[in-house]
Amino acid sequence: MTIYYTKDHEWIRVEGDTGTVGITSYAAGQLGDVVYVELPETGAKFARGDDFAVVESVKAASDVYAPVSGSVLEVNSALSEAPEKVNDAAEGDAWFVRVKLTDSGELSGLMDEAAYSAYCEGL
Amino acid sequence: MVETRTETLRRTALYPLHVEYGAKLVPFAGYEMPVQFPDGVKEEHLWTRSEAGLFDVSHMGPSFLTLAAGTRADPAAHAEIAAMVETLVPSDIRGLKPGQARLTVLLDGEGGILDDLIITRPYEEDRQGELYIVVNGAMKDQDWGIFESALAGRAVLTRADDGVLFALQGPKAEKVLSAYFPACADLKFMESRRIVMHGETFVVSRCGYTGEDGYEVWSGAAAGAELVRLLLDDPCVRPIGLGARDSLRLEAGLCLYGHDLSPEISPVEADLAWVIQKRRREAGDFPGAARILRELKDGPARRRVGIRPLERAPAREGTEIFVGGAAVGVVTSGGFGPSIDAPVTMGYVDAAHAAPGTKIDLMVRGKARPAEIASLPFIPTRYKR
Repeated sequence: MTIYYTKDHEWIRVEGDTGTVGITSYAAGQLGDVVYVELPETGAKFARGDDFAVVESVKAASDVYAPVSGSVLEVNSALSEAPEKVNDAAEGDAWFVRVKLTDSGELSGLMDEAAYSAYCEGL
Repeated sequence: MVETRTETLRRTALYPLHVEYGAKLVPFAGYEMPVQFPDGVKEEHLWTRSEAGLFDVSHMGPSFLTLAAGTRADPAAHAEIAAMVETLVPSDIRGLKPGQARLTVLLDGEGGILDDLIITRPYEEDRQGELYIVVNGAMKDQDWGIFESALAGRAVLTRADDGVLFALQGPKAEKVLSAYFPACADLKFMESRRIVMHGETFVVSRCGYTGEDGYEVWSGAAAGAELVRLLLDDPCVRPIGLGARDSLRLEAGLCLYGHDLSPEISPVEADLAWVIQKRRREAGDFPGAARILRELKDGPARRRVGIRPLERAPAREGTEIFVGGAAVGVVTSGGFGPSIDAPVTMGYVDAAHAAPGTKIDLMVRGKARPAEIASLPFIPTRYKR
């Protein structure tokens, strides 16, 4: 099990050919109070870099981009009732979707935790 | 050669306090302004509704318009300066009582709104012949230019945006501010006084833009910064950023210029016909009167309305509004209202669909979301009348 990160502040935790995707604590902190999360339907397919979800704070809406290509196996429906979970547990309970990876080779283009931490410090 | 130009952002006299209190700063109306503090927008919003929030609005355009011959202790001087200003705005300025403030709009020749502003007649006897005028920060150069060119030789406009203008808003505002200005407790909503403390002048007005009771205070830079520092030491008071200022005014049903108001929109369409008092309607002597009087008589083609999305998804500015598949309007302000814990939206719809309770669809990211027209404000306002 490995966690990878994108420059757009998504994370993906990979187990075999499935991955759990969310936004990072850094991103949640930047957004501020999350009031709404729009998730895709189960079965939806997307390519790496597609916007697949939207997270809204009091002030603004932000797109969430797919870290890798895949199809949606499950969405975290708890977020529709309790979007504020994203502020409390962005990298835990507040995951967005579970996906089946189309091409695990895409993971090599992502950052590991150390690289992502260094990337955030440079922002 | 390519000319390069770096936009230099101005800073208000309260900038050091923003930094000290951990503000997240963003460019706004040409200034570097706090969008939020570490509490975050939601907490700041709720704090203002239950305690007292302090807002730096020094980026706005406070100014004093004075008869070229100077102020004098004579009510006729007020009538003189009021008559000049009434050529630019449709409100009854002459009829202001000493110390009374009024919301009005600057109009173009077609009755379009060039800005919204607050005009105050000084209470003090020796200041008749002067008006205290506060315009929007992003529009101040335009507005001041309009006053200066229209009234050249007859009145002098003194820009006072090098001082401090702050708002203290919320149910604790009176208690907190009256420790410094006991007289402020006796003011009612839209009343103003000039108060001198330790040799420094403060213009204290009971008004604001949150729907709460509260005050706006103008003063010189050093005196204002010192007072704000003292106020922030009160456990009831927290600094509030532009993010919460926006969600507070939206819940209160108040317009933001450049979003809900523009030169394309008339005061009647904007549901601001109440700023045009009877005497001015009867005289019809203001810019764009033909259109405005016609809209008052026949009703405008479109109206500003409140909108309550029936789902959790906020609808942002620019969202299209549909009824039965036909486009009937557009959202001009939209976000989330922490006090009502639901999305809140304002926009313009064709007059036929403007009645509260009308079912509409908001097209959010290509998907129709159910919503209905709602009465404004979304929260009960708590002005001290």
